[in-house]
Amino acid sequence: MATAMKALGPTREQLLARVGFAVSALLLLVVAPAFLSDFRLGLLAKFLCFAIIAVGIAIAWGNGGMLVLGQGLFFGLGGYCMAMYLKLAEAGSVGLPDFMVWSGRETLPAFWKPFEHAWFAVGAAVIVPVIFAALLGTLIFRSRVRGPYFAILTQALAAAFVILLVGQQAITGGTNGLTNITTFFGLDLADPGDQRVLYFLAAISLGVVYLIARQLLNSRYGKLLIAVRDAEDRVRFLGYSATRVKVIAFATAAGMAGLAGALFVPIVGIISPAMLGIVPSIEMVVWVAVGGRASLAGAIAGAIAVNWAKSSLSEEFPSGWLYFQGALFIAVVAFAPMGIAGAVAWARDRILERTGRKQPGPTTTATAEGTS
Amino acid sequence: MEALLEQLVVGLSIGSILLLVALGLTFTFGQMGVINMAHGEFIMAGAYTTYVLQELLGAENITAAFLLSLPIALVVAGLMGLLLEATLIKRLYGRPLDTLLVTWGVALILQQVARDVFGAQNVAVASPAWLDGGTELFGIDLPYNRLFIFALAMAVTVAAWVVVGKLKQGRRMRAVMQNRQLAAASGIGTASVDRRTFFLGSGLAGIAGVALTQLGSVGPALGTYYIIDAFLVVIVGGLGQLRGAVIAAFSLGIINSLSEYWTQASLAKVIVFVCIIVFLQFRPQGIFATESRGLA
Repeated sequence: MATAMKALGPTREQLLARVGFAVSALLLLVVAPAFLSDFRLGLLAKFLCFAIIAVGIAIAWGNGGMLVLGQGLFFGLGGYCMAMYLKLAEAGSVGLPDFMVWSGRETLPAFWKPFEHAWFAVGAAVIVPVIFAALLGTLIFRSRVRGPYFAILTQALAAAFVILLVGQQAITGGTNGLTNITTFFGLDLADPGDQRVLYFLAAISLGVVYLIARQLLNSRYGKLLIAVRDAEDRVRFLGYSATRVKVIAFATAAGMAGLAGALFVPIVGIISPAMLGIVPSIEMVVWVAVGGRASLAGAIAGAIAVNWAKSSLSEEFPSGWLYFQGALFIAVVAFAPMGIAGAVAWARDRILERTGRKQPGPTTTATAEGTS
Repeated sequence: MEALLEQLVVGLSIGSILLLVALGLTFTFGQMGVINMAHGEFIMAGAYTTYVLQELLGAENITAAFLLSLPIALVVAGLMGLLLEATLIKRLYGRPLDTLLVTWGVALILQQVARDVFGAQNVAVASPAWLDGGTELFGIDLPYNRLFIFALAMAVTVAAWVVVGKLKQGRRMRAVMQNRQLAAASGIGTASVDRRTFFLGSGLAGIAGVALTQLGSVGPALGTYYIIDAFLVVIVGGLGQLRGAVIAAFSLGIINSLSEYWTQASLAKVIVFVCIIVFLQFRPQGIFATESRGLA
């Protein structure tokens, strides 16, 4: 059956996905840079970083059933790894970042030392979150802590990380975080042209992350992950290690958040604890919930749409945005758990039915049932 | 030795606060399995209730306002919980993660309401004269407000234990928790039991809020400081287990105060978290596990 399908070429679904990818790539790489102002393009670059986090959450939560409420931690680890290198590169011969000089420190803390090397910092931005998540995930999933317990533990972790960052002011920059980052591998971050380069870097990274995630979910492993989400015990009885399946998804999501953090720092020029605490971490889940939790494209659309709405609405009604966000969240999760992706799939099915190309019947909207 | 004893007292004090904020959760989360992230905002509502009563009754009736606010906060927070249960949570039974996210949205809205009604600035609640000052025992300072919170936590725990363990209402509650279908088949109105349990759990958050006014000023973000710690207490204690919650709250409080003493305040949280993860390796179901034949 499967080989027969292959012989016929890509299915209509696959074709649609490819066309969608090409159109999105065109929009992001050609249309947006041509028509958006430098300011808006900078914002979009930031949202693309957020979309990378969202793809990770869609894997772990939407497809793996693990509600990750502490992605801010991994985002922060990646961001701080990158920012530490950039601060040291800027400090140059002084050898100490400016905030350490101000607080009267004379020597560089040992854990800062390796971040003098660019390759180490870039690698660490992804690998540190992955290792940390793999370790933590192994401990948590091995003892079969799951569902809401896991969610609350990840949330507590993000909270502890923020408290640690704020408390160790002398070596982390405290509440202010790492600020005034002005150059990135020879790029001048104040220069609009150089900011455009960063935009393309973010857009291409998102494309690569999306393709990797898609490949992962379409593989055997992807099927196994969904099986674990829907009936973990049955998967275990079949002889698979559910722990390993979950750890891989959790670590992948962490790595993506770390990468997003590393890209975010040069684009925005700052990383601070306020961007990675409990509230930002839950907001990350909101993007994915709005987009449609199990769908990768939905997660990306959700991250961009929610943040776009946030920046335009909160400019005009600062307090209204919080009401709107709360209400949006309640409405989507309680009444439309499939989000944007669900709405699109529903509309597509209706159109296909109308044009007689698809028999009415089981719809594709039900792909993420039983997610929680 | 004296320093150690002092940290122990601090730990007990932190523990009694944790217990107070977590007690409500042993009902809503422990008994009903509902993750209510708005629980922190019910605590906030209790704290603002004290503030409003004090403003209404004036400066000469601070004691009366404070004591009155205990039952009134219970009702205010309880009614908020009832409303939440009837409108949203009822639709989401069996979807715990969605409940978590929805109630978080509710929490956001409630915080913003508090910000719009009472202002973004924190408000101060005066202490009754008899809670000012303190006493000394074996050279250790015992502030009256901390002693009061300790006593209140004990009293509320005993009351909760009586309700759950001795009263008819509590028996129904446990029956519904242990086997919903069988309870329903035995003629228990499970929906009504759910509502009452939720009222009680949310109301306890209101009482915790009243107590917290004696430790500092009251602001819209008050609940967010406590909500995670409260959930951790319930997880460590074991679901729906009062005695577990008591032991967990005091253990976490003491670990917290000792590690703060030996290291730094910012490291203490991390140490507590590491302890919890290590503990869950050995007892993933918490200190006291509820016996179940399910594949949980």
